[in-house]
Amino acid sequence: MKLIRIISIALLVVALFVSIPTSFNKETEAFSQRTVQKGATGDDVIELQARLQYIGFYNGNIDGVFGWGTYWALRNFQKDFGLKIDGLLGGETKQKLVAATKYDPQYVKQQIRSGKDFTYYGGVPKEIQTEDGAQPQDTQQKAEQGKQQAEEKSGATAVNIPSGYSQNDIQLMANAVHGEARGEPYVGKVAVAAVILNRVENTSFPNSVSGVIFEPRAFTAVADGQIWLTPDEESKEAVVDALNGWDPSGQAIYYFNPNTATSDWIWSRPQIKQIGKHIFAK
Amino acid sequence: MIRWLLIGVLAIGVVGTGVWGYQEHKEKNAILVQAENSYQRAFHDLTYQMELLHDKMGTVLAMNSQKQLSPQLADIWRLTSEAHNDVGQLPLVLLPFNKTEEFLANIGEFSYRTAIRDLNKKPLSDDEVSMLNKLYKQSAEIKNELRNVQHTVLDENLKWMDVELALATEDKSDNKIIDGFKTVEKNVQGYSEGDLGPMFTGATNENHEFRFVKGENMSEEEAKEKSKNIFSIPEGAKITMTKSGKGAEIPTYSLSYRGDGKNGYMDMTVKGGNPIDIMVDRKVNEQELSLYKGLNKAEEFLKKHKYNGMEAFQSSQYDNVGVYSFLYVQDEVRIYPDSMQVKVALDNGDILGLSAREFLRNHEERAFPKPALSEEKAKENVNPNVKIQEHHLALIENDLNEEVLCYEFVGTMGESTYRIFINAKDGTEEKVEKLKQSEMKFGQTT
Repeated sequence: MKLIRIISIALLVVALFVSIPTSFNKETEAFSQRTVQKGATGDDVIELQARLQYIGFYNGNIDGVFGWGTYWALRNFQKDFGLKIDGLLGGETKQKLVAATKYDPQYVKQQIRSGKDFTYYGGVPKEIQTEDGAQPQDTQQKAEQGKQQAEEKSGATAVNIPSGYSQNDIQLMANAVHGEARGEPYVGKVAVAAVILNRVENTSFPNSVSGVIFEPRAFTAVADGQIWLTPDEESKEAVVDALNGWDPSGQAIYYFNPNTATSDWIWSRPQIKQIGKHIFAK
Repeated sequence: MIRWLLIGVLAIGVVGTGVWGYQEHKEKNAILVQAENSYQRAFHDLTYQMELLHDKMGTVLAMNSQKQLSPQLADIWRLTSEAHNDVGQLPLVLLPFNKTEEFLANIGEFSYRTAIRDLNKKPLSDDEVSMLNKLYKQSAEIKNELRNVQHTVLDENLKWMDVELALATEDKSDNKIIDGFKTVEKNVQGYSEGDLGPMFTGATNENHEFRFVKGENMSEEEAKEKSKNIFSIPEGAKITMTKSGKGAEIPTYSLSYRGDGKNGYMDMTVKGGNPIDIMVDRKVNEQELSLYKGLNKAEEFLKKHKYNGMEAFQSSQYDNVGVYSFLYVQDEVRIYPDSMQVKVALDNGDILGLSAREFLRNHEERAFPKPALSEEKAKENVNPNVKIQEHHLALIENDLNEEVLCYEFVGTMGESTYRIFINAKDGTEEKVEKLKQSEMKFGQTT
């Protein structure tokens, strides 16, 4: 009798010791070691948003981009939990947040992959927090599409963009840059993108990106249809750089290829510099 | 028999080709007509808009009460923007027509500024009235010239498609439309820019001197040495170097290297050797550093190159790259015109870029007065529905391109975040921005 009791106590103690490290493990699984700040993207941000939503601080979409909404939610959390209010997800904030909330990565990731609208409030059954599957075929299809895309990239369903522009503006500019400056060095591509933006600012040109690009006779790539080639990643990066303020053209509003330029007038413009095959001018 | 069969087949072939060719021809013509029509519409719209503009300016000169003036000026502003739009749709890029466009922009600027002003408190000054008179006369000449061109176009059935062709082939000797537009341009050019006075800083707000660029001119060798301090140039990579041409707003050396899978590029001012733009292009691998660590790298870089007092006010991650915007902070005032961008690779923390143009152009130690308004008082001028979360003192450039000291309030209303600038002297609401940094990926979610 006694022996059995001793054994069972011993077993219990062992079980306790075994279970402590595993539960401890579980906690360190949450979040990476990195400090997360506004503007970041990725899995840490998804977890942050989900956890903040779990205790009702965050009401926006769980999209994996640390934007203003997430920033205010995190600051409010820090305020209510007596932490330093800095809007940064660092060590102490992580601990408090993990202790106060639960996170089910499988559920959240699956919802993101399936492309459905969903929320993650604590104490509410998960079934009623997703879009109901009334059209199973449709959602299944979407889920498959979503899965394919999600496998390629991280789980985030949103992206950072330079203020005042849309991904579609970036796409349109990337098309123009690709059509105009294929085969040019990277700097040359940024310069062409910068010229488009300089024209938008200039009083002698239309006031929008599309207006400048489609102005009759402004760009040869538009006239001969090369603008509709699929742009490569480099063109897009070049456009984002230009939108973020880089201008290696030196504030040019014209450029031309000296080997193919047909207009005498273009030669009369004061030249700034040459990058690759293009001469940039005022 | 076979011969007849062959002839029959050939005949059908010939007729078929003919029919097909005719169809194609018809389609092509239809498209040409359509293109011609949209040019014609833009052109006739433009002449009409100029006529209207001229009339409205005439009535403004005769008006006296603010109740009448402000809407009329707003209308002029709208007309200039429409006329400007029409010019943008005509194939005039290779034709020097910028003076006329600048003229339109100038009228637009003038009417906008006066339309938004409280004319009861600050009526049109004598200078402004005489300016308006001048613009009125100029617009008359432009309008008449355009009407002339329009008459010729209608009378002789001229086609804009021919203009396009003439411009493309450089054979613009005897195209009447082109000649007409050249006359318009010449007339506007007749009024030297000085005539418009110092009021029109709008078109030139970007063009003031680089205030922060001082010091001795650098030789090419010195510039090359200095660039090595800033770039980490791989062993054995050759630096190529060119000097900017006469169109550059400030003389620069452009330095570039290639090697070790990297392409580096830098523009450096000849005077003083300040880097304006740095770009390093290379493949960026998987993210190892957080955006936060990247910020530390960017700050270290700025410190190392003696840009002190810079504070990060915005950071964004694009794939595995972090882009940080810095502002100069003087006496706890954020100086928005003195901005700088740094780009950091988040795989190993390399600096991939610097853009310091705005900083070099605007930066100086400023003397600004203490705010006349208390923060509490300034807050009263913010929309009460906005929940204020953060506040700073800030120096910004307002609509009239003047530097003004403001209280900056960052607040939320519903799900959106706003940045609101209240003038620290008189409580004017100078600027309200809705802050947006991210966008959902299209085509992925519903």
